[in-house]
Amino acid sequence: MEMPAPNPAILSAKARIVARLRGVLPADAVIDAPEETRAYECDALTAYRCAPLAAVLPSSTAEVAAILKICHEEGVPVVPRGSGTSLAGGALPTADSVILGVARMNEVLETDYDNRFIRVQTGRTNLSVTGAVETDGFFYAPDPSSQLACAIAGNIAMNSGGAHCLKYGVTTNNLLGVTLVQMDGTVVEIGGAHLDAGGLDLLGLICGSEGQLGVVTEATLRILPKPEGARPVLIGYDSNEVAGQCVSDIIKAGVLPVAIEFMDRPCIRATEDFAKAGYPDCEALLIVEVEGSDTEIDAQLGVISQIARKHNPVELRESRSAEESARIWLGRKSAFGAMGQINDYMCLDGTIPVNELPYVLRRIGEMSKDYGLDVGNVFHAGDGNMHPLILFDANKPGDLEKCEAFGADILKLCVEVGGCLTGEHGVGIEKRDLMGSQFSDDDMQAQMRVKDVFDPTWLLNPAKVFPLAVSDAHRGVAA
Amino acid sequence: MLSPVDEREMSEAVAGAEGPLRLVGGGTRAIGRPVVGEGLSTAGLAGIELYEPGALTIVVKAGTPLAEVQVALAAENQRLPFEPMDHRGLLGTEGDPTIGGLVAVNVSGPRRVQAGACRDSLIGVRFVDGRGTVVKNGGRVMKNVTGYDLVKLMAGSHGTLGVLTEVAFKVLPGVETQACVVINGLSNGAAVAAMSRALGSPFEVSGAAHTPAGVDGHPVTMLRLEGFADSVAYRSAKLKELLAGDGEITVETDPVRVAAAWQSVRDVEPFHGRDGDVWRVSVKPSDGPDIAARAGGDVLFDWGGGLVWVLVAPGTDLRAQLGDFAGHATLIRAREETRASLPVFQPEPAPVAALTEGLRRQFDPKGILNPGIMS
Repeated sequence: MEMPAPNPAILSAKARIVARLRGVLPADAVIDAPEETRAYECDALTAYRCAPLAAVLPSSTAEVAAILKICHEEGVPVVPRGSGTSLAGGALPTADSVILGVARMNEVLETDYDNRFIRVQTGRTNLSVTGAVETDGFFYAPDPSSQLACAIAGNIAMNSGGAHCLKYGVTTNNLLGVTLVQMDGTVVEIGGAHLDAGGLDLLGLICGSEGQLGVVTEATLRILPKPEGARPVLIGYDSNEVAGQCVSDIIKAGVLPVAIEFMDRPCIRATEDFAKAGYPDCEALLIVEVEGSDTEIDAQLGVISQIARKHNPVELRESRSAEESARIWLGRKSAFGAMGQINDYMCLDGTIPVNELPYVLRRIGEMSKDYGLDVGNVFHAGDGNMHPLILFDANKPGDLEKCEAFGADILKLCVEVGGCLTGEHGVGIEKRDLMGSQFSDDDMQAQMRVKDVFDPTWLLNPAKVFPLAVSDAHRGVAA
Repeated sequence: MLSPVDEREMSEAVAGAEGPLRLVGGGTRAIGRPVVGEGLSTAGLAGIELYEPGALTIVVKAGTPLAEVQVALAAENQRLPFEPMDHRGLLGTEGDPTIGGLVAVNVSGPRRVQAGACRDSLIGVRFVDGRGTVVKNGGRVMKNVTGYDLVKLMAGSHGTLGVLTEVAFKVLPGVETQACVVINGLSNGAAVAAMSRALGSPFEVSGAAHTPAGVDGHPVTMLRLEGFADSVAYRSAKLKELLAGDGEITVETDPVRVAAAWQSVRDVEPFHGRDGDVWRVSVKPSDGPDIAARAGGDVLFDWGGGLVWVLVAPGTDLRAQLGDFAGHATLIRAREETRASLPVFQPEPAPVAALTEGLRRQFDPKGILNPGIMS
């Protein structure tokens, strides 16, 4: 992965820059010893590593503003970091950058049940937002699978999703307001506890901008009342086409499940070996979950099962209890672990129009043979977000490169059939050089113009999202 | 009036423009400061490009009449989730609303509290920016974080950043039945408290509105439930139980009456044909009653109290009357001279205004797209 050469002037000014940062932060909030900055050399995309110049761990919006003001004056790039769980390299440093980690900013600032929102500092983890309100019967809906560790800051940067998006939407649909610190240190309040924007929808623009427009230090999030209950049905089919048709029929029938998960045969086998959830040996497996009171759930599962039976399932198992639900989810929830047991894997994140599923799975199968690498598919079938897991051996020379080429081909296929490169992980550096397969230069210019407005010197989260050749002119303005 | 027939002609029309352009969709939502400029119509860009009921997505050219989209969706028992308001009755306009105009104004209705706003269902756009360049963003899948989200930015930008040529939506299944839990006689404060309790319950309320003076002049609070018949019956009963003691509670199940009641809220029917200016104030719900008290005019609460429609005497500067508050007030209906003298949109704090202005300059460097409409 090509990254811009570090600016030697910044590298040689390290002592001065660090001293200035120490001037505005407590001693333990500035990390510059090489053996310690290494802790920030990568996020969850571990194939790429580069230790930053320094890392800073502010505790307040004022400290973030002071840090950014200094870095702006010194021309130092800043890489904002939540919990470092990005699978796309969204928090990968450059050697001349300062990592700005928000992990210490994890307070709940305000909880308001009457108006159904919570205001938090953005270093707070996703799950602990729900943790702060669940005893009162509320929850925060977006639930990325890393929710135990991932920070709201990263969720906002990547517009994170989760398994329950079909009903509850993604981060952007649950975000009401932010405190944003711009690269020059200006603090801006956008949105609030009310529902819609008064002028241009800057909030919608900031969410998903991968930390390139500003550092979000506080967020007002919508919280929702917990449903009375939820239970899934497990349905097995002997063909991907039929499973795809079943999903489509369920949706058309007017049932709105909270999640529709899909696993293909390689994935079913791997999880069965690993977790022994008692899944049938079949080509395609669906887990469809609905919410409500017990009788409402029974009624919805009844409708779904009736539709499913028309397509002759090899197995159909409605959950009747919490234990049965846990068993149905067990395999799906251990899918990544199961695949990891077999080999190293790369997790992709393209989205396709739901009706293209059978074709895309067939093509992935063919490509798998061509590349000689196995692949298993987990899929949020309700919203078209696929997570193909490509297996490779990191110790075998050339295997990673082959895996990356295979992954790129799958993502291009997603775009070809009308989908996109990333449904919930973000572009980061991982998909940066594929952007041209989805967007024209004009499309990307329009996006980069937004960056020009918020961060005219292009110092925030450098070298991400846009192919370097495409962003040259914009970054050149900066130099 | 320029009337391009496709996206390429639209691009040429904008690129070749020598002065300001006044963008025209269906002409039913005359909102914003009056724009002086040559008319540029999207009417020539019409038609449904792609509709996949099984994928819950639809792609439509911007000039397509909204009614045509709704008919196509209804044929598959689906609908736009955000229940767009029809502005004709309130503004006294005529014509057919277009899907592009809807997006440009980010029009949402009572179901916004449950299903989100227009911008939340919008998943893709194509537009022509002020240079005449065609730009696409988003797409036709409902989960997409590839690149910056210009889709949300375009929604509600009132044509100031680009001329929409195509829009894509996530849609939802229609419902089997709906019911309305009605409470009579509540004060504004008690009504908002009741609506908050309902919206904070697990019973999936899809509309929460209150009028201090209903059809017979008495206060009426309404909570809507939608879904399968048994489920709606169950939740209505639960909600009635939850709100017991808050005044006389009944459940309206007649589909015609329920639909009419919510159309009345959606379109702000209580203010139709009445003299005065209409403002739309967006706040957190618990601030709603205080806003109403400070405003002094007739009000209608939607979104559980978070959206306050206010009818005041012509020319009133409502913001001056409200003083400081967290949220924003937009002047929706007033004479042209009032809309030319009072800011239609809530003035923004300097740093936010600078970002807004910066975006306008980047997307429309010549300042020709609906100039001034959002002031």
